[in-house]
Amino acid sequence: MSLWEYANPAKFMGLSARVLPVVAVLSGVCLAVGLIWGFFLTPDDFRQGSTVKIIYLHVPSAMMAINAWVMMLVASLIWLIRRHHVSALAARAAAPVGMVMTLIALATGAIWGQPMWGTWWAWDPRLTSFLILFLFYLGYIALWEAIEDPDTAADLTSVLCLVGSVFAALSRYAVNFWNQGLHQGASLSLDKKENVSDVFWFPLLVCIAGFVLLFLALVLMRTRTEIRSRRLHALRMRARMG
Amino acid sequence: MIRLVLRDLALAVRAGGGFGLGLAFFLIVVVLVPFALGPETTLLAVIAPGVLWLGALLACLLSLDRIFALDFEDGTLDLLACAPVPLEGVVAAKAAAHWITTGLPLTLAAPILGVLLNLPGPGFWWLVISLAIGTPALSMIGAFGAALTVGLRRGGLLLSLLVLPLYVPTLIFGAEVARRGAVAMTLEAPLLLLAGITLGVLALLPFAAAAALRINLR
Amino acid sequence: MAWPFLPSDPILSLRAIAVTRGGVPVLSDVSFDLGAGEAVILRGPNGSGKTTLLRTIARLQPPLSGEILGEVDDIAYAAHADGIKGALSVAENLRFWADVFGTGAIDAALSAFDLRGLRDRAAQHLSAGQKRRLGLARLLVTGRRIWALDEPTVSLDAASVALFADALQGHLTAGGAAIIATHIDLGFDARVIDVSAFRAVACDDFDGAFL
Repeated sequence: MSLWEYANPAKFMGLSARVLPVVAVLSGVCLAVGLIWGFFLTPDDFRQGSTVKIIYLHVPSAMMAINAWVMMLVASLIWLIRRHHVSALAARAAAPVGMVMTLIALATGAIWGQPMWGTWWAWDPRLTSFLILFLFYLGYIALWEAIEDPDTAADLTSVLCLVGSVFAALSRYAVNFWNQGLHQGASLSLDKKENVSDVFWFPLLVCIAGFVLLFLALVLMRTRTEIRSRRLHALRMRARMG
Repeated sequence: MIRLVLRDLALAVRAGGGFGLGLAFFLIVVVLVPFALGPETTLLAVIAPGVLWLGALLACLLSLDRIFALDFEDGTLDLLACAPVPLEGVVAAKAAAHWITTGLPLTLAAPILGVLLNLPGPGFWWLVISLAIGTPALSMIGAFGAALTVGLRRGGLLLSLLVLPLYVPTLIFGAEVARRGAVAMTLEAPLLLLAGITLGVLALLPFAAAAALRINLR
Repeated sequence: MAWPFLPSDPILSLRAIAVTRGGVPVLSDVSFDLGAGEAVILRGPNGSGKTTLLRTIARLQPPLSGEILGEVDDIAYAAHADGIKGALSVAENLRFWADVFGTGAIDAALSAFDLRGLRDRAAQHLSAGQKRRLGLARLLVTGRRIWALDEPTVSLDAASVALFADALQGHLTAGGAAIIATHIDLGFDARVIDVSAFRAVACDDFDGAFL
């Protein structure tokens, strides 16, 4: 029994049908607990006041924006190397979710930045990187939509994802070079001194878990849709062949 | 491969518009800038390096869709794929021809347009150097984008959408070199980074572009 | 002897090839051998997969299954689109391909297709038939042993078809081989393969996982 067996669409459909409800419910619970805990049961920050609480949306969405791209990269590689259709379709399914996560991160960042920095937008390296990431998502999705043949589209978008990843990383460093910014250091790092205090930390972890599960649920759902639409396509082809 | 470059150059010269169009576009963009921002020379001097880089980048973008599209339509690309030339070499030759017809003239024309924007004295050399180093990367990245979109009916707009984000690092370092050059700051770091990106792009992207072409030719 | 092979040795073998067009399987289980000096004519109604099969043989697209035995660098492919640049003259067009394939000389090819009088004419001023002749002359400068031709006689008049038949005959006697998708009679013996016999019936492999 190998993991690759789930690359078979039928197997994947069977497994995901069972997993999806569990993931969806867990994600709902985590998000509800994390957000309520974070918004109502934690003290205001001594410097930032209640505005700090947007961290419970901002940090997890920003993490997922990047993780989604990494997942697409891995899925693209699997498609190019092993040619499992589910992998290509999962990459396709993840892209709009990742793009929305990027948008949420940008929007919540702007809402947070307004009272803190006195401006909705600054050409800060982190903000700018996310804007560029958003553009990469846009191009990737547009390429998927533009190509009719599903396998050609999967191939070309995978190549774009690979090259795009390199350039996204390059852009990150280029932007850092270009402007040292306003953004605070990472809220979560392995260096304990830099971290936010435990009061904020635990609800944040719950929220992050919630976002990961939410992402998983959305991608599973969208992959299932893609597989069904591919199946429809295959059935139509067969009907046309007579 | 040299033959391919020469043929593309001959085609660009004879078909007309190969050299001229990008240059004319560059000129117009640069002329429009003072209309939008006002004729104040001190302001223009500050923004000149950036405007010139952006203008060159956009002028470069203009002719990208022609790198492979014509050869794809008339079957040349099919025949080249069967020829004893690696497709990676074809891509490199095509990008080289694109650079000679657009990047090189743009680089040479940039200082003249720099006069229009009141570019400070020391900036001229560094503008030319940064463009000379950076524009090959623009052509090669563009060739990759063109290879991705070659089979598509309305590929032009999509091509811009795909290529422009990939241009970010080159633009940042290139414009930074030109800007620092104009105000006589040290510019070794961005210059080396720009050169590094160009070399990396030239070394690696022909493979990605050839892979994309093979997929599109299927 | 130009080619160090016995005429009976197959120089190209198709083993159980299946091909798809636009994601739909069109042919399956196509097998045949091609020997030196031999020509195979592919027949079949429009859309039966002749072009797809030729593109597969030219390695422009991978077969869905099966394998093709033979040197990749043996095949010259010519299709509806000739890859002719209108801005270049006839001689320049031909010389470009001669250089790409590393053969150099173009005079013989020009004579074979009666293009000498047109050699300095810009290709955009050629008639459709003349362009086609130029496209076929390209085959002679490739120096390749196997010609994979897709409807080579489209828009050729009777005299030009005869020129083409002569060139082909010369190619075959020199030890070459050809696979030609055509509907007209070229006036010499060739094995005829009707591809409709290989029409794909089921799509077990392709997208089968989605069914």
